[in-house]
Amino acid sequence: MKLTGSDILIEALLEQGVDTIFGYPGGSILNIYDSLYKYSDKIRHILTAHEQGASHAADGYARSTGKVGVVFATSGPGATNLVTGIATAQMDSVPMVAITCNVATNMLGKDTFQEVDIVGVTMPITKHGFLIKKPEDIAPTIRRAFKIAKSDCPGVVLVDITKDATANMAEYEKQIPEKVDNKYIKSEAACIETACRMISESERPLIYAGGGIITSNASDELKTFQKLADAPVTLSLMGLGAFPADDPAYTGMIGMHGSKTTARCVRDCDLLIAIGARFSDRVICNPKSFARNAKIIHIDIDAAEIGKNIMPHHSIQGDAGAVLTEINKMLKQQKHSEWLEQVSKWKSEYPVGNPSGGTITPQEAIETIYEKTDGDAIICTDVGQHQMWTAQFYKFNKPRHFLSSGGLGTMGYGLGAAIGAKVANPDKTVVNIAGDGCFHMNMNELSTAAKQELPVIEVVMNNNVLGMVRQWQRLFYGKRFSHTTLDKKTDYEKVAEGLGAQAFTVRTKEEMERAFDAALAAKDKPTLINCIIDKDMNVLPMVPGGQSIEEPIMEIKIDDAE
Amino acid sequence: MIYGNEEDKDMHIISILVENHPGVLSRISGLFSRRAYNIDSLSVGTCETPDCSRITIVTHADEATFQQIQSQLRKLVEVIEITGLCKGNAVTREHVLVKVRADNLAGVMQLCEIYRANIVDISRETITAELTGSPQKISAFIDLMSDHELVELVRTGLTGLLRG
Repeated sequence: MKLTGSDILIEALLEQGVDTIFGYPGGSILNIYDSLYKYSDKIRHILTAHEQGASHAADGYARSTGKVGVVFATSGPGATNLVTGIATAQMDSVPMVAITCNVATNMLGKDTFQEVDIVGVTMPITKHGFLIKKPEDIAPTIRRAFKIAKSDCPGVVLVDITKDATANMAEYEKQIPEKVDNKYIKSEAACIETACRMISESERPLIYAGGGIITSNASDELKTFQKLADAPVTLSLMGLGAFPADDPAYTGMIGMHGSKTTARCVRDCDLLIAIGARFSDRVICNPKSFARNAKIIHIDIDAAEIGKNIMPHHSIQGDAGAVLTEINKMLKQQKHSEWLEQVSKWKSEYPVGNPSGGTITPQEAIETIYEKTDGDAIICTDVGQHQMWTAQFYKFNKPRHFLSSGGLGTMGYGLGAAIGAKVANPDKTVVNIAGDGCFHMNMNELSTAAKQELPVIEVVMNNNVLGMVRQWQRLFYGKRFSHTTLDKKTDYEKVAEGLGAQAFTVRTKEEMERAFDAALAAKDKPTLINCIIDKDMNVLPMVPGGQSIEEPIMEIKIDDAE
Repeated sequence: MIYGNEEDKDMHIISILVENHPGVLSRISGLFSRRAYNIDSLSVGTCETPDCSRITIVTHADEATFQQIQSQLRKLVEVIEITGLCKGNAVTREHVLVKVRADNLAGVMQLCEIYRANIVDISRETITAELTGSPQKISAFIDLMSDHELVELVRTGLTGLLRG
C-alpha cells in the first residue's frame, strides 16, 4: 500500500498501540498534522499551550501507565522547547518517543527558517536519536524507536523527520510489533545464590528500592522479598509507591530529606540491598560514609549503574522483578525481630512532621489531600520544598501514583505531567502539588486542562518565596535571600479563572478541606487551590550536600530581624 | 609524549566496532566529554564490513572508570562490539608525518634511514617524512627530527587489531 510519509508515521504509531499524542503544530510538521486530521477517530491529540507542557504531559502519561509517551513538535523552536521535557524523562528512565519535523532535506544545513539540528542538540539527553530523510525509512525507524525506548533501562528516543519525507510516498505494510522482553537476568545463576547467602548471613539487612521496581512492575515481588528477608525497606524519591508507606517495615524515604529512621538504618545495617536504584548523590550524600558498616548488594538492569557511584560487594545485573522472583524462590525465611523492633523504636522517636498552628502548614495541606483522596490519587509535583513535603507526608501505597522529576529536578514539570496522567487515567483523581515559583513557570497549561475539560487539581503551596533556595540561603549563605523573595502581583484566582479554572485561596485547614471538596466535585474543569503557607517552613530532616546522612539537621532556627 | 610509557597502568586502548552512520563519532566523543573521561587519541576508519566503522580510542582511567567507560559505551545503540586492546593480545600502530627544515638534508636522510621512515615530500625549504610504528618509536623519531627545526607534524593516533 503506497502512503505519504505522514500517513505511514500515523500507521506506524497505531501499530505500536498509540492512542494519545501530546503536541503542538507548526510549519515543518504540517503534513503530519494533516494526517492527524484524517486519523482523528483513531488517535487523540492533546494540544498544549507550549511544547514543554506537551513533553511533560507525554512523560506523565508514560509514568502513570508504563506505556510509551508520544510527543509531537515542529522544527526549530518547537523542537528546542521539548529539550527540558526530554531531559526530565531521560534522567528518570521514562519511556518516551519525541517526534519532530525538520526542514526539507535540500534545505538542511543552510540555516533555513526554523531549522535546528535537534538530533545533535538532544544527543546527550536521549537514549538515541534518528534523522529520517526518506519516507520508506519512517515505519522501520518508528518500530526501532519504540523498541529502544521500552527496552532495558527505558528512555527517550527522538525521531526527527524532514518535511519532504513526510510528503513523499512510500510502500507501507502493517507489522505486528516485536515483543520487548525486559524480564531478563544477565548475571549467572550463582550470583543469585551468593546474594541469598549474604542475606541469610546478615543480622541487620536494609532494603533500598528505587524507580526500577516501578518500571519493572515488581512491587509484589518486593513485598514478598521483604517478608522473606524480614528486613526494613527504604525508598528513593523515584521509588515512592513501590512499597506501601503504611507498612510497619517502611522506614521512610532515603537521602538528603529522608527520614532520620532511615539514616539510622543506613548507619547500623550490616547489609544494604539496593534494587533498581542508582545511589544518586541526593541519596548517598557522602559516598565515603554511606552505609559504612554494611556490605552492599546492587541489583540493577543497567550494568553502567553498578559501581558508578558506589562500589558494591556483590551485584546482579537484571530486571528487578526477574531477579527478585529468583531470589524469592531460593531465599529461606529470615527472622530479624530485634532489628525490626529497633526500627519501630526509631520511627516513634523520630516522627517526620511540622508543628501545626492556626494557619495551615504544608503537612496539614498534604494530609488533607491524602485524606480526601483516600491515598488513591495520582500525585504530581513540581520541584522544591513542596515536592519534598509531598514525598514525606503523602503515604504512597501503590506504584505509578507519584510523578515527580527526581533526577533533573525540573521546576514546572507537574502541571503538564498531571494533564498527561489525567488523560491516561480519567477515573483517577489527579493532583499537582506546586510551589508558587513553579506555578509561574508553566501555569499556561491550566488553559489546556480547561479546554480538555480535565478536572486536574493544582494546589499551589504559596509561601511567596523560592522556599528551597531560601532554606539553603538561610543555612549556607548568611541569610542573604538573594532573589528568592517573589512578591509578585499575581492574583491567583483571577489568573486561574482567566484560564478557565475555578480557584480558591485557603489559609486554614478547614478552608483547604472545603476547597478540595469543591475541586473533587468539579467534573469538567481544573481547580486551582492557592494555599497560603508560612515562608519559613523548612524541609526537615536535611543533610547538607556532601555530608554524611547519619546526622541530618533536625531543626533550623528562624531568628531573622526582618 | 602523550602515551609513551609502556608500564602506564592507567592507559587503555579500546577498539569499538560501530554502525557507520552520520553522528556516530559525535555520539561517542560526546559521551567521553559529557562524563569527563579523557581521550588521548582517537582514530576512525572503515573496516571489513561496509556499513561499519572501527574506532580506536586511547584513554587514561583507573580500573573502575575504565569499566564505566566500557559499560557506558555498550549502552549506545550504534555500538556493536567493544574490545580492550593491550600489548599481549593486539598489534597496535601509529602513523606520523613530520615536516622539518631541509637545511641539513644528509642528517635528516640518515635519521630516516635508521628509523626506516620514508621521505614523502621534499622542496628547497622542507622535507616531510612518514613513519609507522609504536607510539614510543614515533615519539623518539619526532624527538630526534626536531633537531632539524620542526615545521609541522601530524600523528594519526593509535590504531590496532586483536592478534590471531
